[in-house]
Amino acid sequence: MNPRLRRITSLPLTWPLVTLACILLFDFLFTPGFFHLEVKDGHLFGSLVDIVKNAAPVMIIATGMTLVIATGGIDISVGAVVAIAGAIAGVLVARYHAPLLPVLVLPLIVATLCGAFNALLITGFGIQPIIATLILMVMGRGLGQLIIGGRVLWFRMVSFEYLGTGYLLGLPVRIFVAAALLALLTLALRTTPLGLFIQATGGSAKASRYSGLSVGLVKFVVYTFSGLCAGVAGLVLTANIHGSDAALVGMYIELDAILAVVIGGTSMNGGKFNLLGSLVGALIIQSLTTTIFTKGVPVQFTLVVKAAVVVIVILLQSGEFRRQLGALVPGRATR
Amino acid sequence: MKLRVSRRYVPLLATLFVFVAIFCLGGLQYRAFFSLRVFTNLFTDNAFLGLCAVGMTFVILSGGIDLSVGAMVAFSSTLIASLTQLAHFLPLPAIALVLVIGLLFGLAQGAVIHFYKAPAFIVTLAGMFLLRGLGFVINLNAIPVEDPLMVKLSTLGIPLGEKASLSFSACVLILAVVTTAVVLGFSKFGRNVYAVGGSELSVLLMGIPLVRTKLAIYALSGFFSAAAGVVFTIYTLSGSATAAMGLELDAIAAVVIGGTLLSGGFGFVAGSLIGALIQGVIQTLISFQGTLDVSWTKIFVGGLLLVFILLQRVFSQGMKKGGAAATGRAPRLAWAGTPAGDPAVGSTAGSGKP
Repeated sequence: MNPRLRRITSLPLTWPLVTLACILLFDFLFTPGFFHLEVKDGHLFGSLVDIVKNAAPVMIIATGMTLVIATGGIDISVGAVVAIAGAIAGVLVARYHAPLLPVLVLPLIVATLCGAFNALLITGFGIQPIIATLILMVMGRGLGQLIIGGRVLWFRMVSFEYLGTGYLLGLPVRIFVAAALLALLTLALRTTPLGLFIQATGGSAKASRYSGLSVGLVKFVVYTFSGLCAGVAGLVLTANIHGSDAALVGMYIELDAILAVVIGGTSMNGGKFNLLGSLVGALIIQSLTTTIFTKGVPVQFTLVVKAAVVVIVILLQSGEFRRQLGALVPGRATR
Repeated sequence: MKLRVSRRYVPLLATLFVFVAIFCLGGLQYRAFFSLRVFTNLFTDNAFLGLCAVGMTFVILSGGIDLSVGAMVAFSSTLIASLTQLAHFLPLPAIALVLVIGLLFGLAQGAVIHFYKAPAFIVTLAGMFLLRGLGFVINLNAIPVEDPLMVKLSTLGIPLGEKASLSFSACVLILAVVTTAVVLGFSKFGRNVYAVGGSELSVLLMGIPLVRTKLAIYALSGFFSAAAGVVFTIYTLSGSATAAMGLELDAIAAVVIGGTLLSGGFGFVAGSLIGALIQGVIQTLISFQGTLDVSWTKIFVGGLLLVFILLQRVFSQGMKKGGAAATGRAPRLAWAGTPAGDPAVGSTAGSGKP
């Protein structure tokens, strides 16, 4: 193979981008008007904007999840934290008519505490991440329902709803929320050795500990941050429907987020991570869903198509499968 | 040595104790609660959860996870309902077909996990999407099941005194638990399952058939969740693709409350059964109580999970301290904790350590 081509194919971001490009190419060829953008009331409208808009909550959660998975862990409680944060915001608005600042800050504090609770179980008691976060996953929606005292709590508050449905500079506000979170995190990773510590922890927790790294602290930061991200996503999703639905909000969002991270090229074994890849992964999932909808595929086929794509991505990421595939192509040397 | 054998059963006994305690608590508060009828109903009402937990026990013992079980229950119930109601199949061939599909689907998942070294979490997640999706493709709406045999099965029961009887579903559950307990405890395959959960590398070095064991484990989980689907159809007399949402979570919770280590290599099927029954008894207690919100069930189950996991941790650290002195590992390391867990806890075949 051409050495330059090989260098490009070995870049971590290449394969997720190729997948995304394939989906968009499909739309370009077969879905008329998919790339059509128009300005209505000073807002940008179109399928592409929809994709980014709907992918934003998963992007936000995937940001935190990437770091968690990079340390070799997993956080399956984020959907439940979304429900808790949404429930608190809903109660503050509907029952206490609180001003905007506490409505934004209090749920985030609680979500961060939820993350800290996971972190405590994992670092303090040495419990496996998947079990430790399972506890909150089982309890969380129940707690959310308890907070709102029922199933759904509707409210109206223009300034809070702006977070979910508003537009800034012609684009949905939540895109800026996701971007701001990513920018802050990137800044933290660039200016501090946190990224290196996370990779070291995921690479080998034992070796990191022996070289003097406080593995517990790194994990604590990562899981707490994941809780915070889930809280932000919870606010966005709750503001979007101007209601708290603790039973259903963010249902299975943890699975979508984990999927986004894995599709984005971060290994579940920990170590190296790829933040941008996770965001591309979230975009892949959403553009797939949007494509299925706009193609008029009967709604019952959505999940089947999604499953098929996930299986293909899993297989493409498997070294064994690539070798088998390589052996099928004549004249191509296998690695 | 004698102490060690008794220690193996400590988590199991703790789970049993919690079950009995909750049951007695209910009995003290409500006279009608402390009856054989409530007890046998626990088996009937939670038969599908118990069956899923049995299959899940195998997977978790081997250090894996299966997220597709809830979707498999929904898929199976939809398929049986459509076949018998819309395609006029006889119920028995429909049930047999569903069981075979479950077995093969689990086998396929196991094959992808093993041969392509893909994480079980993601593969079974894709399986979950696929099965839920296929359920919707078969039928979007809930279909009532009116087949005479299925209706008969739902009312059939072995009478145990007045009012109480052991239903068909309960019998299936008990049969499944007894069979798998014997297989796990006394067969070569059972020892292999524990060994795979202990360390896959040691398993390879010891010459245990790793591929066959791993595939069989996931196939069993598929089979038991399909069986849970059959029982679920008989229990609800309907088939719906949206049924049993989040059941995989309840099944995992049942296994963990039952004392099985999620890191694999240690646990019992009987524990998983009691774990499922505990969730059932909490639900029954809350419905007896009447004023408490249903959401409390999840909160209680979550709280129990927390307590049990912490207890497991203390228990396994106690074991480690006893054994770790020889290897010279400082307790400080144990406190900082690697997520790898302790496969060595009491498992006889688990760790191929000297």
